Amino acid sequence: MNGMPPTTADTFPRLLAHHVLVRAERPAIREKDLGIWQTWNWRQVAGEVRALACGLATQGLKRGDHVAIIGANRPWVTWATAAAQSLGAIPVGLYQDATAPELVYVFQNAEIRHAIVEDQEQVDKVLEIKEQAGQIAHIFYDDPRGLRHYTQPELMALTRLKELGRDFDAANAGFIDAEVAKGKPGDAAAMFYTSGTTGNPKGVVHTYAALIDRARAGCELERLTDAEEVLAYLPPAWIGQNIFSYAQALVAGFCVNCPEAAGTVTVDMREIGPTYYFAPPRVYENLLTSVTIRMEDAGQVKRGMFKYFMGVAGRVGGRLLDGAPVSLTDRVLYALGDLCTYGPLRNALGMSRVRVAYTAGEAIGPDLFRFYRSLGINLKQLYGSTETAVFVCVQPDGQVSADTVGPPLVGVELKIAENGELMIKSPGLLKEYYKNPGATAEVLTNDGWYHSGDAGFLDAQGHLRIIDRAKDVGQLANGAMFAPKYIENKLKFFPFIKEAVALGDRREMVCALINIEMEAVGNWAEKRGLSYSGYVDLAGQAAVFELIRDCVEKVNADLAQEEKLADSQIRRFLILHKELDADDGELTRTSKVRRGFVGEKFSTLVDALYGGKSEQYVKTQVKFEDGRTGEVSATLKIMDAKTFPASRKAA
Amino acid sequence: MSERDIGEVILDVRNISLSFGGVKALQNISFDVREHEVRAIIGPNGAGKSSMLNCINGVYHPQGGEIAFLGEVRSDMNTHHAAESGIGRTFQNLALFKGMSVIDNLMTGRNLKMKTGLLAQALHLGPARAEEVRERKFVEHIIDFLEIQAYRKTPVGRLPYGLQKRVDLGRALAGEPRLLLLDEPMAGMNMEEKQDMCRFVLDINDEFGTTIVLIEHDMSVVMDISDRVVVLDYGSKIGDGTPDEVRSNPEVIKAYLGESH
Repeated sequence: MNGMPPTTADTFPRLLAHHVLVRAERPAIREKDLGIWQTWNWRQVAGEVRALACGLATQGLKRGDHVAIIGANRPWVTWATAAAQSLGAIPVGLYQDATAPELVYVFQNAEIRHAIVEDQEQVDKVLEIKEQAGQIAHIFYDDPRGLRHYTQPELMALTRLKELGRDFDAANAGFIDAEVAKGKPGDAAAMFYTSGTTGNPKGVVHTYAALIDRARAGCELERLTDAEEVLAYLPPAWIGQNIFSYAQALVAGFCVNCPEAAGTVTVDMREIGPTYYFAPPRVYENLLTSVTIRMEDAGQVKRGMFKYFMGVAGRVGGRLLDGAPVSLTDRVLYALGDLCTYGPLRNALGMSRVRVAYTAGEAIGPDLFRFYRSLGINLKQLYGSTETAVFVCVQPDGQVSADTVGPPLVGVELKIAENGELMIKSPGLLKEYYKNPGATAEVLTNDGWYHSGDAGFLDAQGHLRIIDRAKDVGQLANGAMFAPKYIENKLKFFPFIKEAVALGDRREMVCALINIEMEAVGNWAEKRGLSYSGYVDLAGQAAVFELIRDCVEKVNADLAQEEKLADSQIRRFLILHKELDADDGELTRTSKVRRGFVGEKFSTLVDALYGGKSEQYVKTQVKFEDGRTGEVSATLKIMDAKTFPASRKAA
Repeated sequence: MSERDIGEVILDVRNISLSFGGVKALQNISFDVREHEVRAIIGPNGAGKSSMLNCINGVYHPQGGEIAFLGEVRSDMNTHHAAESGIGRTFQNLALFKGMSVIDNLMTGRNLKMKTGLLAQALHLGPARAEEVRERKFVEHIIDFLEIQAYRKTPVGRLPYGLQKRVDLGRALAGEPRLLLLDEPMAGMNMEEKQDMCRFVLDINDEFGTTIVLIEHDMSVVMDISDRVVVLDYGSKIGDGTPDEVRSNPEVIKAYLGESH
């Protein structure tokens, strides 16, 4: 029963039909409604999809049309997606918080005439842009609340649409089956708009073949079966959500659970106990923070037990997961810890049954990564993007580390271009950017290689390491690669370091400007009885300098392990006298360092770093929250950090 | 709002006067409330707004005048009668059991609708059990409606003030009132919470057809959501009409903005 579906099921509607044949009564989707989990089995899902598809057909939706779908993770989003695909139409998921101008662009670009939306809020938004977007003819909504008195002719409730569909189906038997039969694997299956940092978003077109191939590759690697449970809690408009909770569910036939509301995800997760889980590093970090805070409030016995067993777990847990040899004493201790600490903790996190947990999107701190693995949660990294239908690299069980993303998944070829950019060839690559041949040509070569825009390299075991965006990677004066973000991330993984700016492009060595994390360093200082009056004072203390130097040297030792990055070890550093701030233009509004700007603004400090001085006086203007400006001045010490000889052995 | 059918007068307040010793809290107040409308009573602090509500649901007994609810005048009106005849109410300083969960608080609001005896409930016998399931379902609809699913089992005392107000509203709704009295539903809230509360008030009015009488001293909020407004000042009615009429009433402007001497 648990084998992969036959390759003849090569579109999503056909996969749905396959599951109705082999597991009609198994749960396909669940949603918590009025506090109780409601389940739909595959047969019922197919019925809903059929009714919706027929309904959409009566409203003029045709093969090749685009349909906007705007909503939270609710069963109807899945049904609407499959319904559109049954007719050969292309669903376009949009974020619920998309602003009206963003919607206008997408509706115009994709010539959208049909929109299926969640509630009054989204209806209002679509009605608001109707004039500008021109051709919107139909808006279907799920939740009628507040819409009772709307009289616009475009509006129709999904319940009504389904009624129309059932009537149509009864009168036109065979229509929808014929439509499903017309679908081809090379047809566009879905379109995902990527939020470009500059310019308009681009519509990434994926075919059935691409999405299903990647979903299947992931399922095969992790041996996913129809017994998996996933919690659909990330935005449905995001391709990851589509892959994990739609494509893979339709390939493996497992059950997708929709949380009751955005605020109940943690509780719902505990109740469902997903076996397959994805979260960006930020989510894991927040979970860990809440655990730490609650442990600090716990009684002394519990706290002691937690501390002791987490020590055991740190030593043993990861090795056990990796299948490495572990002594009998440690095994017994770990088993005891599992009973007293790890088990209950996993349960509180809703991760008791997690067999495979992924993280991706940005670098994950090694301590954070190890924490989850030491608890016995099989957390792994993967690499991919919207354009690659997610699955490019995944860490296989037993070959997991915090700083690689694993070897290429089956079907994927990788190569590193001259400039260090990662090039990908995969069955999961995008078909094109919609109506944007220029942009398509920029990323897809004629012989099928995709420019990822990421800089990376393959390590000795053939695992991919992503170090930075390719455009940010520079060169040291001696020609060695210089990846500032990679170095900065390594620094920022230390709790004492809040921000770091690595400098070195076209220079003979790497230097760093560092911001301390006021809270963590402040606590550290208090425990040592160091008194300080504020950030500037704390940042200038000799003991703090030693603390940070220690962190820098650890990073250097790490960098020395990697042949290509050994030259990027930090030779000199200083601790900045002010916190980098978006109000002063040093960070972007999304808290990313504006490296170029910082380099110019603190040019006296940069000159001092490279000029070999041991201290430098500096005066900087700062903007307060109320718009007034003031000045901060200090004499900053500059320190050398120990570097290590390059090692040929990979970490 | 014009599409809603405002019905007959369901609450008629006639010449109400109330005094505490020498203090005249209300003097000869008359107004009416029609079915399905949102009716606001506004006025500066101490104008007699809460006293007016307390007269309507039988906490106070006015010395003069009478109040007819659904055409019936009850001289011996008390809070229990009020609740039974379909008048629900929220309180300015909340009437919730702080140590009990949101669910349990809302279930207490259902108490009037429960018919099985104490013993049956304690022993969780068949009929009591069926009743609890039925009532719980109703309460779950309210939770869904007010979007407080995430706090179902949280003790009310641990919730922020804005959410407690929402739970208090839910508790009042649980009694399926025909007329809902809201005592300063927006007091102490930030702008976002106020907007949420406005939306809930309008949605309740719209979805359940509940008639709403609300007291507020913040004029701006009330004007947007009310059909008609009564203005009180020092226990007297100084204005009554649509928000626009009230806004341009010189008496009202004087009471709110003061008078130049």
